[in-house]
Amino acid sequence: MAGYRLAGGGGRVDRSKVLRFRFDGETITGFAGDTIASALLASGRLMVARSFKYHRPRGVFSAGSEEPNALVTIGEAARTTPNVQTTMAEASEGLVVRSQNAWPSLNNDFGALTGLLSPFLAAGFYYKTFIGPFRGAWMLYEPIIRRAAGMGAATREPDPDRYEHAHGFCDVLVVGGGPAGLAAALAAGRSGARVILVDENAEFGGASVLDTATIDGSDTAGWVRSAVAELAVLQNVRLLRRTAVYGYYDGNVLAGTERLPAGDAAAPRERHWRFQARQVILATGAMERPIVFAGNDTPGVMLLGAALAYVRHYGVAAGRAVTVFANNDAAWHQAAALAETGITIKAIIDPRDAGPEDSAKTLRAAGTVFYTGHVVTAAEGGKAVSGVVIAQFDSTAGNVSGGATTIDSDSLLVSGGWTPNVNLASQAGEPPVFDSGTGAFIPGTPREAWAAAGAMTGKLALQSAIESGFEVGVETVKSLGFNALPTTFTVENPNQEVGFLPLYEIPSNGPGKAFVDMQHDVKASDVRLARREGFSAPEHLKRYTTLGMAADQGRTSNVNALAIMAAEEGRPIAEVGTTRFRPPYSPVTFGAIVGRATGKHFQPVRRTPMHDWHEKAGADMINVGQWQRPRVYRRPGESVEDAYIREARAVRNSVGITDVSTLGKIDVQGPDAATFLDRVYTNTFSTLPVGKARYGLMLRDDGFLYDDGTTWRLTETRYLMTTTTGNAAGVMALLEFGLAVDWPDLKVALTSLTEQWAGVAIAGPQARALLTKVITDIDFSDKALPFMGVRTGRLGDVDVLVSRLSFSGELAYEVYCGADFGLVLWTTLLEAGEEFDCTPYGLEALGTLRIEKGHVIHDEMDGRTGVHDLGLEKMFSKKKDFVGKPMALRAALTDPGRKRLVGLKSLDGKPIRAGAQLVTGSDPNLPGGSQGQVTSMGYSPAVEAYIALALLERGPERHGETLYAADPVRGLHGPVKVCAPCFYDPDGSRMHG
Amino acid sequence: MLIPCPVCGLRDSGEFTTGGDASIVRPAFDDGDEAAWAAAVYDRSNPLGAHEEYWHHVHGCRHWLIVARDTQTHAVFGARLAGAWAGYQSGAPSDKPGPD
Repeated sequence: MAGYRLAGGGGRVDRSKVLRFRFDGETITGFAGDTIASALLASGRLMVARSFKYHRPRGVFSAGSEEPNALVTIGEAARTTPNVQTTMAEASEGLVVRSQNAWPSLNNDFGALTGLLSPFLAAGFYYKTFIGPFRGAWMLYEPIIRRAAGMGAATREPDPDRYEHAHGFCDVLVVGGGPAGLAAALAAGRSGARVILVDENAEFGGASVLDTATIDGSDTAGWVRSAVAELAVLQNVRLLRRTAVYGYYDGNVLAGTERLPAGDAAAPRERHWRFQARQVILATGAMERPIVFAGNDTPGVMLLGAALAYVRHYGVAAGRAVTVFANNDAAWHQAAALAETGITIKAIIDPRDAGPEDSAKTLRAAGTVFYTGHVVTAAEGGKAVSGVVIAQFDSTAGNVSGGATTIDSDSLLVSGGWTPNVNLASQAGEPPVFDSGTGAFIPGTPREAWAAAGAMTGKLALQSAIESGFEVGVETVKSLGFNALPTTFTVENPNQEVGFLPLYEIPSNGPGKAFVDMQHDVKASDVRLARREGFSAPEHLKRYTTLGMAADQGRTSNVNALAIMAAEEGRPIAEVGTTRFRPPYSPVTFGAIVGRATGKHFQPVRRTPMHDWHEKAGADMINVGQWQRPRVYRRPGESVEDAYIREARAVRNSVGITDVSTLGKIDVQGPDAATFLDRVYTNTFSTLPVGKARYGLMLRDDGFLYDDGTTWRLTETRYLMTTTTGNAAGVMALLEFGLAVDWPDLKVALTSLTEQWAGVAIAGPQARALLTKVITDIDFSDKALPFMGVRTGRLGDVDVLVSRLSFSGELAYEVYCGADFGLVLWTTLLEAGEEFDCTPYGLEALGTLRIEKGHVIHDEMDGRTGVHDLGLEKMFSKKKDFVGKPMALRAALTDPGRKRLVGLKSLDGKPIRAGAQLVTGSDPNLPGGSQGQVTSMGYSPAVEAYIALALLERGPERHGETLYAADPVRGLHGPVKVCAPCFYDPDGSRMHG
Repeated sequence: MLIPCPVCGLRDSGEFTTGGDASIVRPAFDDGDEAAWAAAVYDRSNPLGAHEEYWHHVHGCRHWLIVARDTQTHAVFGARLAGAWAGYQSGAPSDKPGPD
């Protein structure tokens, strides 16, 4: 029981509003405004977590986003969120909070036994040890090791909450709402520039809470309040709290996530921001740096500034018998401030000879014992600090001398100086540079349009931070052409002293563990081990030990690790340098990244005008790209196969209709339209008479097949091009590229009509009789409307475009009308077709019909095949030039040894799987090499067998051979007969009839 | 990344798709030189620094653009329309370039 609630203080909590939440089943009482950490501290909870690797007891270490230890899981069931920093998460009524990585309980954790094995568990231990005895053994051990180590577990249930994406456009983005950021935002906001001020915390103010100065007559909290109030009324300023900027990207784009406060059911849980700023002011401040010593992770050890923040913000004291260990003047002021609130500071330990006199006086008066020239060598206790071991320190030699003394204490507050937060600056700038004033790194030269202000540049003192904020704010808006107003402010009684002795680690020979990165359980000895094994460069050190790679991104550990490495190497820290910092600086949830694009909003859904009819008819819908198309119209009791066989039979025997609205349709108009089409298709369209259609093939520049479809000549200068459903957008872009880049002289206009026209294909021997019943103004006789003829007509009051095309090999037509009339066209055909038993058919029947005819689609035109491979040489004009011709003629693409199109017939009465490999071996265990693969398959009612199309080496020369379709994943290995790809009506008499 | 579309203004790169290296000399469609086509189709340098690329404003004006940018710093220097519209700039007082 170390922490407790003070009678007074606590600017952020509302003591009139009590709230209760559960921690591991126990009720914790707090006030509105508390974080989970402040409420737990106030309730006397010390241990709140078990560590990642060694299951060490851990408590609250900080008061902000640098928290390495006190991670918990919040929420239940689908709303479970693991690895939440208690220092950032706000407490709310009824919240369920659970500790992590402990079994059976936090207090009696079985996994803590791994701590006994720790001599063996140094960095790289697992990878060195679990490599044998056989190949792949790591795969066996890994799940067990991963289970022993770890953080919280995510839920497997779908997230019921809503996440949003938002875009923030501004002249000036200010990142960080501490004193420098507030000053910068004021300077920029007053000039009229559009400003967004962002801070990761629930309130603005940053580290100003630690200073006792008065600014313009107010205390720091009052100054922050009035600055925020002024900014809030400016129409050109947006304030974003609880928003962590995690990435700085090219073009001055920054990304952040905003956590919305709990309690508003209508609000999203998080909002992902994408900021686009003309100029950025980084004022990300500095974070207090711990000192590494044995037992420095014991619950009860806390950053000194954090302890003062808990007092000022939440009215919570860290302990009743407090010891302070510090190496800098600011720490003495903070200790004095703590003493003034009535907290007992038993001792202050400082390796230097003296602290600043004014604060020393306050502390002396409060009864604090000074151990100058001393350091802390260990914190004793285990689950809670019980004593602090100190020893004399020789600051010139940098080592401990003399015997140890133990001070009874329940709380040890540490300050090793301050580390500027250079992460975002490093993401968008040159490497950070070492600054001796802070003993840490400050931002390098910007590579994007940003300027840094305040503590992150090493200006730790309040007055210089505010000054630099105003200065940078003014310079920034001036550079953007705004008139900056002159700004003055007065700071009185600030903590000016910056006295500081660099001290990062107290080396120890004792048994206690000294942690550098507490979140990843990386010890000082691991850093030394890394160096001994050759991993001394910062990037290697990081990867070998996983230092700085945890969710806190090494906020409290990076500089100490680099300092230890530098000392080992006998080099200055500046020479060792840092790793390159990369996004994300703060963890980003998948929900925030995904936003609304999940479930049925994952991508746009495209539906044809007849979609509702298909659904009502019970069709199984299938996605084709973004389009939804009917697969089969199953009747009760039918399997998918039963249904498509029935539908295909109906087409062959009488008539069927299918929805082809999804085909790409491009209107090609202009005096050069014919010339243009001759260049993009392998066959000729300038010779096509008006009122006729022709099947065309399109190649890529590299000579491979790209797309196919029919193009209809409507007038001399106007064509309607159809493309495959999946390639419509790609073909359009390719045609536009041709006109823009290759042939800017051609006078052609392109318009996509895909969604403007609905289409139905009518196929079967009774197709002509059916259309004659419903469409007027067209003579459907073979003479008047021959194969490939195009005519306009009327369906009642609706204009229609009819073309006699066949994909199924039967007498067939395609009818198009305006999209609004698609359903009318569909239902009119069905009603009039009742006497012919007109049957709607889906993609499966369409597939089987076209396989019977040997017609290829994207299954065969898969980007790796050319005209030669698919037996389409007849479509390849020798008389003219077109895109892709030279490359299509190269030897490699016309090699007869290539895989080429064949038909397959199943010899064992079983389906042939698409994707199966064609082999010669009848034994599944001795298949021989693959000679080709099955591209599409179906049951053919016409052939009364399972048939398939395939690409087979030297295929056309091998008709009659027996091969095996090998599908070892499904355990299939069936005999197939190679044949010509056209199984049905090879001379085409049916469709020409 | 933002692309200054001459028609639509400064737009997010998400509205565009890339069409690759614009410095490649594409043979004419009726040029049967297999080697020249092979070079245009397959040979790609990996330039460091200034570079010109085709970008298609698919979710905007649908013009093909030639964007000049730096492959090292990702800075975008400018963009012009490809082909006959090359000199067009939205809002600029000009005598309308482009196809007559």
